[in-house]
Amino acid sequence: MAAPIGAALVSRPMAQIPVVNYLDLSGDTPLLVAQKCSDCGALYFGRRNACAKCFSTRPFERQELARTGSVRAFTIVQRAAPGVKAPYVSAIVDLDGAGHVKANVINVEPSPEAIKTGMPVRLTTFTLGTDDEGTEAIGFAFEPA
Amino acid sequence: MTDDVYIIGATMHKFGRFPDKDSMDMASEVSINALADAGVTMADIGVLGCGSLLEPGSGQRLLHEIGATGIPVYNVVNACATGATAIRAAYLTLKAGEADVGMAVGFEKMGKAGLLGLRPGTDSNVFTPSGRSGNVVPSEGVLGTGLMPGVFAEVGMDYARQNDGVGFEQFAKVAEKSHAHSTLNPLSQYRKAFTLEEIMNAEVIAWPNTLPMCGPTGDGAACVILVTGERLKSMPAETRKRAVKISASVMTSDPFVDTDMAAPDVNTLTRDAAKKAYEISGVDPQDLDLVELHDCFATAELVHYDNLGLCAPGEAGKFIDERGPWRDGKIPVNVSGGLVSKGHPLGCTGVANLVEVATHLRGEAGDRQIDGAKVGLTHVIGLGSACAIHVLEKVG
Repeated sequence: MAAPIGAALVSRPMAQIPVVNYLDLSGDTPLLVAQKCSDCGALYFGRRNACAKCFSTRPFERQELARTGSVRAFTIVQRAAPGVKAPYVSAIVDLDGAGHVKANVINVEPSPEAIKTGMPVRLTTFTLGTDDEGTEAIGFAFEPA
Repeated sequence: MTDDVYIIGATMHKFGRFPDKDSMDMASEVSINALADAGVTMADIGVLGCGSLLEPGSGQRLLHEIGATGIPVYNVVNACATGATAIRAAYLTLKAGEADVGMAVGFEKMGKAGLLGLRPGTDSNVFTPSGRSGNVVPSEGVLGTGLMPGVFAEVGMDYARQNDGVGFEQFAKVAEKSHAHSTLNPLSQYRKAFTLEEIMNAEVIAWPNTLPMCGPTGDGAACVILVTGERLKSMPAETRKRAVKISASVMTSDPFVDTDMAAPDVNTLTRDAAKKAYEISGVDPQDLDLVELHDCFATAELVHYDNLGLCAPGEAGKFIDERGPWRDGKIPVNVSGGLVSKGHPLGCTGVANLVEVATHLRGEAGDRQIDGAKVGLTHVIGLGSACAIHVLEKVG
Protein backbone atom coordinates (compact mmCIF):
# COMPACT_ATOMS: atom_id res chain seq x y z
CA MET A 1 0.00 0.00 0.00
CA ALA A 2 1.30 3.42 -0.94
CA ALA A 3 2.22 5.76 1.86
CA PRO A 4 -0.36 8.48 2.40
CA ILE A 5 0.57 11.74 0.80
CA GLY A 6 2.52 13.88 3.20
CA ALA A 7 3.82 11.02 5.36
CA ALA A 8 7.43 11.37 6.30
CA LEU A 9 9.51 9.00 4.25
CA VAL A 10 12.43 8.86 6.68
CA SER A 11 13.32 5.36 7.79
CA ARG A 12 13.17 5.20 11.58
CA PRO A 13 15.83 2.91 13.04
CA MET A 14 14.39 0.26 15.30
CA ALA A 15 14.66 1.30 18.97
CA GLN A 16 16.97 -0.85 21.02
CA ILE A 17 17.23 -1.48 24.73
CA PRO A 18 20.08 -3.35 26.44
CA VAL A 19 19.21 -6.45 28.47
CA VAL A 20 20.84 -4.80 31.50
CA ASN A 21 21.93 -1.26 32.23
CA TYR A 22 25.62 -2.20 32.26
CA LEU A 23 25.56 -3.06 28.56
CA ASP A 24 26.16 0.23 26.72
CA LEU A 25 24.84 0.34 23.16
CA SER A 26 25.30 4.09 22.66
CA GLY A 27 28.62 3.92 20.83
CA ASP A 28 29.78 2.20 17.65
CA THR A 29 30.73 -0.93 19.58
CA PRO A 30 28.69 -2.46 22.41
CA LEU A 31 30.53 -2.27 25.72
CA LEU A 32 30.15 -3.46 29.28
CA VAL A 33 30.38 -0.52 31.67
CA ALA A 34 31.04 -0.75 35.38
CA GLN A 35 30.63 1.74 38.21
CA LYS A 36 34.05 2.51 39.63
CA CYS A 37 34.60 3.72 43.18
CA SER A 38 36.33 7.11 42.89
CA ASP A 39 38.36 6.39 46.02
CA CYS A 40 39.53 2.75 45.80
CA GLY A 41 38.70 1.74 42.25
CA ALA A 42 36.43 -1.18 43.18
CA LEU A 43 34.11 -2.12 40.32
CA TYR A 44 30.38 -2.87 40.41
CA PHE A 45 27.51 -3.38 38.02
CA GLY A 46 24.20 -1.60 38.47
CA ARG A 47 22.97 1.19 40.71
CA ARG A 48 25.07 1.91 43.81
CA ASN A 49 24.79 3.79 47.10
CA ALA A 50 28.32 3.42 48.44
CA CYS A 51 31.47 1.33 48.08
CA ALA A 52 31.37 -2.08 49.80
CA LYS A 53 35.17 -2.21 49.85
CA CYS A 54 36.20 1.20 51.23
CA PHE A 55 32.82 2.66 52.33
CA SER A 56 33.28 5.73 50.12
CA THR A 57 30.07 7.61 49.34
CA ARG A 58 31.57 9.78 46.62
CA PRO A 59 29.94 9.56 43.19
CA PHE A 60 30.99 6.54 41.14
CA GLU A 61 32.85 6.93 37.86
CA ARG A 62 32.10 5.27 34.55
CA GLN A 63 34.57 2.49 33.76
CA GLU A 64 34.47 0.91 30.32
CA LEU A 65 35.51 -2.75 30.47
CA ALA A 66 37.50 -4.75 27.96
CA ARG A 67 35.59 -6.74 25.32
CA THR A 68 37.99 -9.64 25.78
CA GLY A 69 38.81 -11.91 28.68
CA SER A 70 39.09 -15.53 29.75
CA VAL A 71 36.82 -18.15 31.29
CA ARG A 72 37.36 -18.20 35.04
CA ALA A 73 34.74 -20.88 35.75
CA PHE A 74 31.89 -22.46 33.83
CA THR A 75 29.10 -24.97 33.97
CA ILE A 76 27.12 -26.71 31.27
CA VAL A 77 23.46 -26.48 32.19
CA GLN A 78 21.57 -29.54 31.00
CA ARG A 79 18.48 -29.31 33.18
CA ALA A 80 17.41 -25.69 32.79
CA ALA A 81 14.69 -23.52 34.25
CA PRO A 82 11.25 -23.82 32.61
CA GLY A 83 11.26 -22.05 29.25
CA VAL A 84 15.06 -21.91 29.00
CA LYS A 85 16.65 -23.88 26.17
CA ALA A 86 19.31 -26.38 27.25
CA PRO A 87 22.08 -27.24 27.07
CA TYR A 88 23.87 -23.96 27.40
CA VAL A 89 27.16 -22.80 28.89
CA SER A 90 27.16 -20.37 31.82
CA ALA A 91 30.48 -18.80 32.75
CA ILE A 92 32.22 -16.31 34.97
CA VAL A 93 34.55 -14.33 32.72
CA ASP A 94 37.65 -12.48 33.92
CA LEU A 95 37.83 -9.42 31.67
CA ASP A 96 41.24 -8.28 30.46
CA GLY A 97 42.51 -5.42 32.61
CA ALA A 98 39.79 -5.40 35.26
CA GLY A 99 36.32 -6.64 36.01
CA HIS A 100 34.43 -9.92 36.04
CA VAL A 101 31.06 -10.77 34.56
CA LYS A 102 28.60 -13.63 34.45
CA ALA A 103 27.27 -14.54 31.02
CA ASN A 104 26.62 -17.37 28.62
CA VAL A 105 29.35 -18.62 26.33
CA ILE A 106 27.93 -19.19 22.86
CA ASN A 107 29.21 -20.40 19.50
CA VAL A 108 30.94 -23.29 21.24
CA GLU A 109 29.87 -26.89 21.60
CA PRO A 110 28.41 -27.29 25.12
CA SER A 111 30.76 -30.07 26.19
CA PRO A 112 33.61 -30.28 28.70
CA GLU A 113 35.89 -31.24 25.80
CA ALA A 114 35.20 -27.99 23.93
CA ILE A 115 35.20 -25.50 26.76
CA LYS A 116 38.01 -25.08 29.27
CA THR A 117 38.78 -22.71 32.11
CA GLY A 118 41.30 -20.11 31.02
CA MET A 119 39.93 -20.16 27.46
CA PRO A 120 40.10 -16.71 25.77
CA VAL A 121 36.71 -15.24 24.91
CA ARG A 122 35.30 -12.03 23.46
CA LEU A 123 32.07 -10.09 23.89
CA THR A 124 29.29 -10.51 21.38
CA THR A 125 25.74 -9.16 21.24
CA PHE A 126 22.52 -10.46 19.72
CA THR A 127 18.80 -9.82 19.58
CA LEU A 128 16.77 -11.30 22.42
CA GLY A 129 13.42 -10.34 20.95
CA THR A 130 11.14 -7.46 20.07
CA ASP A 131 8.36 -6.12 22.28
CA ASP A 132 4.87 -4.90 21.37
CA GLU A 133 6.19 -1.39 20.71
CA GLY A 134 8.82 -2.62 18.29
CA THR A 135 11.72 -2.18 20.70
CA GLU A 136 14.46 -4.74 20.29
CA ALA A 137 16.18 -6.11 23.41
CA ILE A 138 19.91 -6.67 22.94
CA GLY A 139 21.61 -9.37 24.97
CA PHE A 140 25.28 -10.13 25.39
CA ALA A 141 27.36 -13.24 25.71
CA PHE A 142 30.92 -14.35 25.09
CA GLU A 143 32.32 -16.52 22.33
CA PRO A 144 35.70 -18.18 21.81
CA ALA A 145 38.25 -15.55 20.72
CA MET B 1 34.86 -14.12 80.67
CA THR B 2 31.34 -15.29 79.96
CA ASP B 3 30.10 -18.75 80.80
CA ASP B 4 30.42 -21.65 78.34
CA VAL B 5 27.34 -23.01 76.59
CA TYR B 6 26.51 -26.70 76.26
CA ILE B 7 24.10 -28.81 74.22
CA ILE B 8 22.00 -31.09 76.46
CA GLY B 9 19.26 -32.02 74.02
CA ALA B 10 19.67 -32.84 70.33
CA THR B 11 17.12 -34.51 68.08
CA MET B 12 16.12 -34.54 64.46
CA HIS B 13 13.30 -35.92 62.38
CA LYS B 14 14.31 -38.21 59.54
CA PHE B 15 14.67 -36.18 56.34
CA GLY B 16 12.47 -37.03 53.39
CA ARG B 17 8.96 -36.34 52.18
CA PHE B 18 6.19 -36.64 54.73
CA PRO B 19 2.90 -35.53 53.19
CA ASP B 20 0.94 -36.68 56.25
CA LYS B 21 2.70 -34.20 58.56
CA ASP B 22 2.85 -30.41 58.39
CA SER B 23 5.74 -28.27 59.57
CA MET B 24 4.26 -27.80 63.04
CA ASP B 25 3.87 -31.55 63.48
CA MET B 26 7.52 -32.09 62.61
CA ALA B 27 8.85 -29.11 64.61
CA SER B 28 6.74 -30.08 67.65
CA GLU B 29 7.96 -33.67 67.50
CA VAL B 30 11.67 -32.75 67.52
CA SER B 31 11.16 -30.06 70.20
CA ILE B 32 9.27 -32.37 72.55
CA ASN B 33 11.88 -35.09 72.00
CA ALA B 34 14.75 -32.65 72.59
CA LEU B 35 13.20 -31.43 75.85
CA ALA B 36 12.93 -35.05 77.02
CA ASP B 37 16.47 -35.72 75.85
CA ALA B 38 17.67 -32.74 77.92
CA GLY B 39 15.53 -33.62 80.93
CA VAL B 40 13.89 -30.20 81.02
CA THR B 41 10.43 -28.82 80.20
CA MET B 42 9.19 -25.70 78.46
CA ALA B 43 9.06 -24.11 81.93
CA ASP B 44 12.88 -24.14 81.88
CA ILE B 45 13.29 -22.67 78.39
CA GLY B 46 14.09 -18.96 78.43
CA VAL B 47 14.47 -18.25 74.72
CA LEU B 48 13.56 -19.77 71.35
CA GLY B 49 15.51 -19.33 68.14
CA CYS B 50 13.38 -20.53 65.24
CA GLY B 51 14.54 -20.93 61.65
CA SER B 52 12.53 -21.59 58.50
CA LEU B 53 12.92 -20.08 55.05
CA LEU B 54 9.58 -21.03 53.61
CA GLU B 55 7.52 -20.36 56.75
CA PRO B 56 9.32 -17.46 58.42
CA GLY B 57 7.83 -16.19 61.65
CA SER B 58 6.66 -19.57 62.90
CA GLY B 59 8.30 -19.68 66.34
CA GLN B 60 5.27 -18.40 68.22
CA ARG B 61 3.04 -20.85 66.36
CA LEU B 62 5.38 -23.63 67.52
CA LEU B 63 5.22 -22.42 71.13
CA HIS B 64 1.44 -22.53 70.97
CA GLU B 65 1.81 -26.22 70.06
CA ILE B 66 4.33 -27.20 72.71
CA GLY B 67 4.17 -24.60 75.49
CA ALA B 68 3.41 -20.90 75.25
CA THR B 69 5.21 -19.41 78.23
CA GLY B 70 5.77 -15.87 77.01
CA ILE B 71 9.51 -16.24 76.33
CA PRO B 72 11.25 -14.15 73.66
CA VAL B 73 11.23 -15.71 70.18
CA TYR B 74 13.75 -14.89 67.48
CA ASN B 75 12.39 -15.93 64.09
CA VAL B 76 15.31 -15.93 61.68
CA VAL B 77 15.85 -16.25 57.95
CA ASN B 78 19.41 -16.42 56.66
CA ALA B 79 19.44 -18.50 53.49
CA CYS B 80 20.88 -22.00 54.04
CA ALA B 81 22.50 -20.80 57.28
CA THR B 82 19.05 -20.19 58.79
CA GLY B 83 19.18 -23.11 61.24
CA ALA B 84 22.61 -22.17 62.54
CA THR B 85 21.43 -18.58 62.89
CA ALA B 86 18.54 -19.78 65.07
CA ILE B 87 21.10 -21.56 67.24
CA ARG B 88 23.15 -18.35 67.43
CA ALA B 89 20.07 -16.43 68.62
CA ALA B 90 19.63 -18.82 71.56
CA TYR B 91 23.39 -19.10 72.16
CA LEU B 92 23.93 -15.34 72.30
CA THR B 93 21.00 -14.94 74.68
CA LEU B 94 22.66 -17.42 77.06
CA LYS B 95 26.03 -15.73 76.62
CA ALA B 96 24.43 -12.39 77.45
CA GLY B 97 23.05 -13.82 80.67
CA GLU B 98 19.42 -13.22 79.72
CA ALA B 99 18.50 -16.90 80.01
CA ASP B 100 20.21 -20.09 81.18
CA VAL B 101 18.36 -22.65 79.06
CA GLY B 102 17.48 -22.05 75.42
CA MET B 103 15.93 -23.88 72.49
CA ALA B 104 16.75 -23.65 68.80
CA VAL B 105 14.60 -25.26 66.12
CA GLY B 106 15.07 -25.43 62.37
CA PHE B 107 12.49 -26.90 60.05
CA GLU B 108 11.36 -26.91 56.45
CA LYS B 109 8.55 -28.49 54.47
CA MET B 110 9.71 -28.41 50.88
CA GLY B 111 8.30 -31.55 49.36
CA LYS B 112 9.67 -32.02 45.85
CA ALA B 113 10.69 -28.47 45.02
CA GLY B 114 12.74 -28.89 41.84
CA LEU B 115 15.55 -26.52 40.90
CA LEU B 116 16.18 -23.80 43.47
CA GLY B 117 17.28 -20.24 42.80
CA LEU B 118 14.79 -19.02 40.22
CA ARG B 119 13.88 -15.34 40.54
CA PRO B 120 10.62 -13.95 39.27
CA GLY B 121 11.05 -11.95 36.08
CA THR B 122 8.96 -9.47 34.19
CA ASP B 123 6.24 -10.85 31.96
CA SER B 124 5.36 -7.51 30.36
CA ASN B 125 5.04 -7.29 26.58
CA VAL B 126 6.91 -4.01 26.66
CA PHE B 127 10.55 -4.17 27.70
CA THR B 128 10.76 -2.28 30.99
CA PRO B 129 14.02 -2.15 32.93
CA SER B 130 13.60 -3.41 36.48
CA GLY B 131 15.86 -3.84 39.47
CA ARG B 132 19.24 -2.31 40.18
CA SER B 133 20.74 -3.58 36.93
CA GLY B 134 17.76 -2.62 34.79
CA ASN B 135 16.99 -6.13 33.54
CA VAL B 136 14.45 -6.17 30.70
CA VAL B 137 14.04 -9.96 30.59
CA PRO B 138 14.55 -12.62 33.29
CA SER B 139 18.29 -13.20 33.39
CA GLU B 140 18.19 -16.98 33.98
CA GLY B 141 19.75 -18.74 31.00
CA VAL B 142 20.34 -15.40 29.27
CA LEU B 143 23.17 -14.07 31.44
CA GLY B 144 24.46 -17.39 32.69
CA THR B 145 22.71 -19.43 35.36
CA GLY B 146 21.69 -18.44 38.86
CA LEU B 147 20.19 -21.84 39.66
CA MET B 148 21.98 -23.57 42.50
CA PRO B 149 23.37 -26.64 40.63
CA GLY B 150 25.14 -24.34 38.16
CA VAL B 151 26.24 -21.73 40.67
CA PHE B 152 27.96 -24.38 42.78
CA ALA B 153 29.32 -26.12 39.67
CA GLU B 154 31.09 -22.84 38.88
CA VAL B 155 32.38 -22.68 42.48
CA GLY B 156 33.96 -26.10 41.96
CA MET B 157 35.34 -25.27 38.52
CA ASP B 158 36.93 -22.09 39.87
CA TYR B 159 38.80 -24.26 42.39
CA ALA B 160 39.70 -26.76 39.65
CA ARG B 161 41.16 -23.93 37.57
CA GLN B 162 43.43 -22.85 40.41
CA ASN B 163 44.49 -26.27 41.66
CA ASP B 164 45.93 -29.27 39.90
CA GLY B 165 44.40 -32.70 40.20
CA VAL B 166 40.80 -31.54 40.56
CA GLY B 167 38.16 -32.40 37.98
CA PHE B 168 34.90 -34.19 37.30
CA GLU B 169 36.21 -37.43 38.79
CA GLN B 170 37.22 -35.85 42.11
CA PHE B 171 33.84 -34.15 42.44
CA ALA B 172 32.09 -37.44 41.66
CA LYS B 173 34.22 -39.25 44.27
CA VAL B 174 32.86 -36.86 46.90
CA ALA B 175 29.30 -37.97 46.09
CA GLU B 176 30.37 -41.64 46.00
CA LYS B 177 31.66 -41.22 49.57
CA SER B 178 28.61 -39.36 50.89
CA HIS B 179 26.09 -41.81 49.41
CA ALA B 180 28.09 -44.72 50.88
CA HIS B 181 28.03 -43.03 54.29
CA SER B 182 24.27 -42.51 54.15
CA THR B 183 23.59 -46.24 53.97
CA LEU B 184 24.42 -46.36 57.71
CA ASN B 185 22.15 -43.45 58.69
CA PRO B 186 18.47 -44.29 59.34
CA LEU B 187 17.66 -40.54 59.40
CA SER B 188 18.95 -39.95 55.86
CA GLN B 189 16.53 -39.14 53.03
CA TYR B 190 18.39 -41.50 50.67
CA ARG B 191 20.35 -44.59 51.72
CA LYS B 192 21.62 -45.98 48.45
CA ALA B 193 25.28 -46.45 47.54
CA PHE B 194 26.40 -45.61 43.99
CA THR B 195 29.57 -46.63 42.19
CA LEU B 196 31.80 -43.87 40.86
CA GLU B 197 30.83 -44.94 37.32
CA GLU B 198 27.13 -44.68 38.11
CA ILE B 199 27.63 -41.18 39.45
CA MET B 200 29.72 -40.05 36.48
CA ASN B 201 27.28 -41.56 33.99
CA ALA B 202 24.15 -40.21 35.66
CA GLU B 203 22.03 -37.43 34.18
CA VAL B 204 23.97 -34.17 34.08
CA ILE B 205 22.11 -31.37 35.85
CA ALA B 206 24.80 -28.68 35.56
CA TRP B 207 28.16 -30.15 34.61
CA PRO B 208 30.16 -31.30 36.49
CA ASN B 209 27.22 -31.91 38.87
CA THR B 210 25.21 -34.99 37.90
CA LEU B 211 21.95 -35.90 39.64
CA PRO B 212 23.49 -37.90 42.55
CA MET B 213 25.92 -34.99 43.12
CA CYS B 214 23.02 -32.62 43.92
CA GLY B 215 21.31 -32.40 47.30
CA PRO B 216 17.62 -33.32 47.21
CA THR B 217 14.83 -31.08 48.48
CA GLY B 218 12.65 -32.49 51.22
CA ASP B 219 11.13 -32.09 54.67
CA GLY B 220 12.98 -32.02 57.95
CA ALA B 221 13.07 -30.68 61.48
CA ALA B 222 15.75 -30.60 64.17
CA CYS B 223 16.11 -29.13 67.63
CA VAL B 224 18.86 -28.47 70.16
CA ILE B 225 18.53 -27.45 73.81
CA LEU B 226 21.33 -25.25 75.10
CA VAL B 227 22.34 -24.56 78.69
CA THR B 228 24.88 -22.39 80.47
CA GLY B 229 27.74 -24.06 82.31
CA GLU B 230 26.50 -22.61 85.59
CA ARG B 231 23.02 -24.07 85.19
CA LEU B 232 24.43 -27.39 83.96
CA LYS B 233 26.24 -27.80 87.30
CA SER B 234 22.90 -28.22 89.08
CA MET B 235 21.58 -30.78 86.58
CA PRO B 236 21.61 -34.58 87.06
CA ALA B 237 24.89 -36.45 86.56
CA GLU B 238 23.50 -38.22 83.49
CA THR B 239 22.71 -34.87 81.83
CA ARG B 240 26.19 -33.55 82.64
CA LYS B 241 27.79 -36.71 81.29
CA ARG B 242 26.01 -36.42 77.95
CA ALA B 243 26.51 -32.66 77.62
CA VAL B 244 28.44 -31.44 74.60
CA LYS B 245 30.40 -28.20 74.86
CA ILE B 246 30.09 -25.54 72.18
CA SER B 247 33.76 -24.57 72.06
CA ALA B 248 33.24 -22.04 69.27
CA SER B 249 30.22 -20.51 67.60
CA VAL B 250 31.18 -18.20 64.76
CA MET B 251 29.25 -16.43 62.08
CA THR B 252 30.50 -14.41 59.12
CA SER B 253 29.17 -12.75 56.00
CA ASP B 254 31.04 -12.46 52.72
CA PRO B 255 33.58 -9.63 52.73
CA PHE B 256 34.17 -7.67 49.51
CA VAL B 257 36.10 -9.50 46.80
CA ASP B 258 36.69 -8.36 43.20
CA THR B 259 34.55 -11.16 41.74
CA ASP B 260 31.40 -10.11 43.66
CA MET B 261 30.30 -8.28 40.52
CA ALA B 262 29.99 -11.65 38.76
CA ALA B 263 29.26 -14.30 41.37
CA PRO B 264 28.68 -14.76 45.11
CA ASP B 265 31.75 -15.82 47.10
CA VAL B 266 31.43 -18.90 49.33
CA ASN B 267 35.12 -19.26 50.12
CA THR B 268 36.43 -16.18 51.93
CA LEU B 269 33.72 -16.13 54.60
CA THR B 270 34.21 -19.85 55.25
CA ARG B 271 37.95 -19.35 55.63
CA ASP B 272 37.38 -16.37 57.92
CA ALA B 273 34.90 -18.28 60.08
CA ALA B 274 37.13 -21.36 60.27
CA LYS B 275 40.17 -19.33 61.32
CA LYS B 276 38.19 -17.64 64.07
CA ALA B 277 36.58 -20.91 65.22
CA TYR B 278 39.95 -22.63 65.49
CA GLU B 279 41.39 -19.65 67.40
CA ILE B 280 38.49 -19.46 69.87
CA SER B 281 38.32 -23.22 70.50
CA GLY B 282 42.05 -23.88 70.42
CA VAL B 283 41.25 -26.85 68.20
CA ASP B 284 43.48 -27.62 65.23
CA PRO B 285 41.73 -28.95 62.11
CA GLN B 286 43.88 -32.07 62.34
CA ASP B 287 42.34 -32.75 65.81
CA LEU B 288 38.84 -33.07 64.34
CA ASP B 289 37.23 -36.50 64.65
CA LEU B 290 34.41 -35.61 62.30
CA VAL B 291 33.09 -32.72 60.23
CA GLU B 292 29.61 -32.03 58.90
CA LEU B 293 30.05 -29.41 56.18
CA HIS B 294 27.72 -27.76 53.70
CA ASP B 295 27.73 -30.02 50.65
CA CYS B 296 24.60 -28.77 48.90
CA PHE B 297 26.43 -30.09 45.81
CA ALA B 298 29.47 -32.37 45.54
CA THR B 299 31.42 -29.49 43.96
CA ALA B 300 30.82 -27.41 47.10
CA GLU B 301 32.07 -30.08 49.50
CA LEU B 302 35.41 -30.36 47.76
CA VAL B 303 36.29 -26.66 48.02
CA HIS B 304 35.43 -26.63 51.73
CA TYR B 305 38.03 -29.34 52.47
CA ASP B 306 40.50 -26.61 51.64
CA ASN B 307 38.55 -23.68 53.13
CA LEU B 308 38.25 -25.48 56.49
CA GLY B 309 41.91 -26.53 56.50
CA LEU B 310 41.11 -30.25 56.43
CA CYS B 311 43.78 -30.70 53.75
CA ALA B 312 46.93 -28.80 52.78
CA PRO B 313 46.26 -25.68 50.68
CA GLY B 314 45.32 -26.63 47.12
CA GLU B 315 45.16 -30.35 47.91
CA ALA B 316 41.42 -31.01 48.12
CA GLY B 317 41.65 -33.26 45.05
CA LYS B 318 44.41 -35.32 46.65
CA PHE B 319 42.43 -35.45 49.92
CA ILE B 320 39.45 -37.14 48.26
CA ASP B 321 41.69 -39.30 46.01
CA GLU B 322 43.34 -40.63 49.18
CA ARG B 323 39.95 -41.21 50.83
CA GLY B 324 40.70 -38.65 53.56
CA PRO B 325 37.03 -37.71 54.13
CA TRP B 326 35.71 -41.29 54.20
CA ARG B 327 34.53 -42.51 57.60
CA ASP B 328 37.70 -44.57 58.00
CA GLY B 329 39.89 -41.79 56.56
CA LYS B 330 41.98 -39.00 58.06
CA ILE B 331 39.07 -36.64 58.86
CA PRO B 332 35.62 -38.18 58.29
CA VAL B 333 33.38 -35.68 56.50
CA ASN B 334 29.59 -35.91 56.33
CA VAL B 335 29.26 -39.37 57.86
CA SER B 336 25.53 -38.58 58.01
CA GLY B 337 25.44 -38.77 54.21
CA GLY B 338 25.67 -35.01 53.93
CA LEU B 339 23.23 -32.75 52.18
CA VAL B 340 23.78 -34.71 48.96
CA SER B 341 22.21 -37.87 50.43
CA LYS B 342 20.86 -37.12 53.92
CA GLY B 343 18.97 -34.20 52.38
CA HIS B 344 18.77 -30.43 52.68
CA PRO B 345 15.53 -29.05 54.11
CA LEU B 346 16.94 -25.52 53.99
CA GLY B 347 16.14 -23.97 57.40
CA CYS B 348 16.67 -27.26 59.18
CA THR B 349 20.14 -28.08 57.86
CA GLY B 350 22.09 -25.80 60.20
CA VAL B 351 20.50 -27.38 63.28
CA ALA B 352 20.62 -30.96 62.01
CA ASN B 353 24.38 -30.88 61.51
CA LEU B 354 24.92 -29.95 65.18
CA VAL B 355 22.56 -32.76 66.15
CA GLU B 356 24.64 -35.18 64.06
CA VAL B 357 27.99 -34.17 65.55
CA ALA B 358 26.60 -34.02 69.10
CA THR B 359 25.16 -37.53 68.69
CA HIS B 360 28.61 -38.87 67.75
CA LEU B 361 30.29 -37.05 70.66
CA ARG B 362 27.74 -38.65 72.98
CA GLY B 363 28.62 -42.03 71.47
CA GLU B 364 25.01 -42.58 70.45
CA ALA B 365 25.23 -42.64 66.65
CA GLY B 366 24.56 -46.36 66.27
CA ASP B 367 25.91 -48.03 63.12
CA ARG B 368 27.45 -44.84 61.84
CA GLN B 369 29.21 -43.95 65.13
CA ILE B 370 32.74 -42.62 64.71
CA ASP B 371 34.42 -44.49 67.52
CA GLY B 372 35.92 -42.38 70.26
CA ALA B 373 34.82 -39.09 68.68
CA LYS B 374 35.79 -36.21 70.98
CA VAL B 375 35.85 -33.10 68.75
CA GLY B 376 33.72 -32.21 65.76
CA LEU B 377 32.96 -29.25 63.54
CA THR B 378 29.82 -28.12 61.76
CA HIS B 379 29.70 -25.71 58.83
CA VAL B 380 26.83 -24.21 56.89
CA ILE B 381 26.77 -21.62 54.20
CA GLY B 382 23.87 -19.68 52.80
CA LEU B 383 24.36 -18.08 49.44
CA GLY B 384 24.57 -14.36 49.34
CA SER B 385 26.35 -15.17 51.78
CA ALA B 386 26.18 -16.30 55.42
CA CYS B 387 28.48 -18.81 57.08
CA ALA B 388 28.24 -20.42 60.50
CA ILE B 389 30.79 -22.74 62.09
CA HIS B 390 30.45 -24.51 65.42
CA VAL B 391 33.17 -26.53 67.14
CA LEU B 392 31.74 -29.10 69.53
CA GLU B 393 33.62 -31.09 72.19
CA LYS B 394 32.80 -34.06 74.34
CA VAL B 395 33.10 -33.25 78.04
CA GLY B 396 31.70 -36.20 80.02
